[in-house]
Amino acid sequence: MALLEARNIRKSFGGLLALSEVSLTIETGEIYGLIGPNGAGKTTLFNVLTGLYKPDFGAVVFNGNDLTGRKPNLIADAGIARTFQNIRLFANMAAVENVMVGRHLRTRAGPLGAVLRDKTTMAEEADIRRRAHELLEYVGVVRHAEALAKNLAYGDQRRLEIARALATDPKLLALDEPAAGMNPTETASLRALLEQIRADGITILLIEHDVKLVMGLCNRVAVLDYGKKIAEGAPAEVQRNPVVIEAYLGGALP
Amino acid sequence: MTASWLRRLEWFQRDPRGKWVGLALAVIGLAVLPFALEASVGRTWVRIIDLALLYAMLALGLNIVVGFAGLLDLGYIAFYAVGAYVYALLASPHFGIHLPWWILLPMGAVLAAFFGVVLGAPTLRLRGDYLAIVTLGFGEIIRIFLNNLNAPINITNGPQGVNMIDPIAVNGVSFAKTNMLLGISFPGTHLHYYLLLLLTALVVFVCLRLEDSRIGRAWAAVREDEIAAQAMGINTRNVKLLAFAMGASFGGVAGGLFSSLQGFVSPESFALWESITVLCMVVLGGMGHVAGVVLGALLLATLPELLRHTAAPVQQQLFGKVILDPESLRMLLFGLALILVMLLRPAGLWPSPTRRRELTSARAPGTV
Repeated sequence: MALLEARNIRKSFGGLLALSEVSLTIETGEIYGLIGPNGAGKTTLFNVLTGLYKPDFGAVVFNGNDLTGRKPNLIADAGIARTFQNIRLFANMAAVENVMVGRHLRTRAGPLGAVLRDKTTMAEEADIRRRAHELLEYVGVVRHAEALAKNLAYGDQRRLEIARALATDPKLLALDEPAAGMNPTETASLRALLEQIRADGITILLIEHDVKLVMGLCNRVAVLDYGKKIAEGAPAEVQRNPVVIEAYLGGALP
Repeated sequence: MTASWLRRLEWFQRDPRGKWVGLALAVIGLAVLPFALEASVGRTWVRIIDLALLYAMLALGLNIVVGFAGLLDLGYIAFYAVGAYVYALLASPHFGIHLPWWILLPMGAVLAAFFGVVLGAPTLRLRGDYLAIVTLGFGEIIRIFLNNLNAPINITNGPQGVNMIDPIAVNGVSFAKTNMLLGISFPGTHLHYYLLLLLTALVVFVCLRLEDSRIGRAWAAVREDEIAAQAMGINTRNVKLLAFAMGASFGGVAGGLFSSLQGFVSPESFALWESITVLCMVVLGGMGHVAGVVLGALLLATLPELLRHTAAPVQQQLFGKVILDPESLRMLLFGLALILVMLLRPAGLWPSPTRRRELTSARAPGTV
């Protein structure tokens, strides 16, 4: 069953057509890769899917619901959680608090509960903290739980962002270049983490420049170039596709 | 000698009994404070402390908006004005209505919260400087309305203000005059002091609980990164409006108390300068840190008074004449104090532990 379907997405900024009629379908349980040269429109598409941008045309259907043009918080509520290309943690909050913020969506306590600290609120609060610690453990940064997010090492910040996104109980986890700036060891352990997340039943949309990571990890890959989808399919097929090779390396000299 | 003192201090902190003893001592100290002040420096100082507590409530309310949620509000005094005028108009001969204070204080809080939302709604998309300018305008609009709503129908009595406001009365005991209770005579200033102390303690309690809650974390998330907060599913609109409403409601309660304490209000009390003063208390004390904000409010409310009472005599004694009048000296020292604090303690006099970590260490202990 298709978990997410984007139909004919078009988005322009002034005179620049960033996306033209891009369609893609993500199936439940897969890791779907989105690759393409710099400026191809990957992050724009990502922002359209997660509600940061409204598309000029086209529709986003997730899990049977039309999410086109919805606000980011409603899209998160529907079950799409994301990370950011340039890490956007709550820098001056502890790592565990960052993840606890991710639980906001699935918890209810209001100001009255906060002040009175009744049984329900206390139970919910304990639950939030427990779940946050579990997720920190899951992504492997639990030893820094009480450190400020901005003081974490770069790779740990990336993992913390994933934990925060997972805290919203997503069906689809959308990762914008999670391996950017990582060394080969860190990338390998990130790959293991993503495989674990897939095994736990969460679908992943992955934008990535690290071709080795994409080819090894993804079930299917789409290639964007100048705002158009130029290829889609299994990694090995896409890798051999002459159009893709041309987009990355340029065409043969005349 | 020193060692035994240290040991005693440690005992206070460690032993749970020590905590209770400490708390009891603090309560006794605060209870006898007005009498001690009156006996040593005069009743004026009890009144100054009353006003300082009012400012503490205001600063705590503003701290929710500025410190917790990170929304720079330069028109906060407008909510104080709303609370003050609700009380003044509905408990004075002006309309001939005399509602009791326990209806008017909550009413002022609710109406101020409503105005908080009214102000917050159009500014949701604004941040930083732009938000500051719009809120500044809002504060002035309220003041100008109060100043001019005396024609064609006289609602606020314009610049003359509202006079002869009913004092707070509990069980027939009016806070405007001296009362004999249990054989001790309590002047009105003392009774106000106890009420203000109680309410300030309540506000502190509410602030501390809110800060460490799901709502407090959502505010902090919006302060840190609004886009990320929204992407994590936080309804930033509601969370920001809640901050405006909560902050404004504290201002509304403080306003009502101000009315009853003074017995008179006029638009002049709610000028832009007052908003700036309250903001200074928040920033100087330690933005986002409840204890720091209270400290900031108490210092900034009492030090100028101290100066007012000492500057002239000290100069007289040193130079034989008054060179700088206390009022201009006040502004001079106020500015100097602000500059020094920003240079030496940019997080405020008493910042929250996290905030301190933020500004001092590049890397927290325990991280690699």
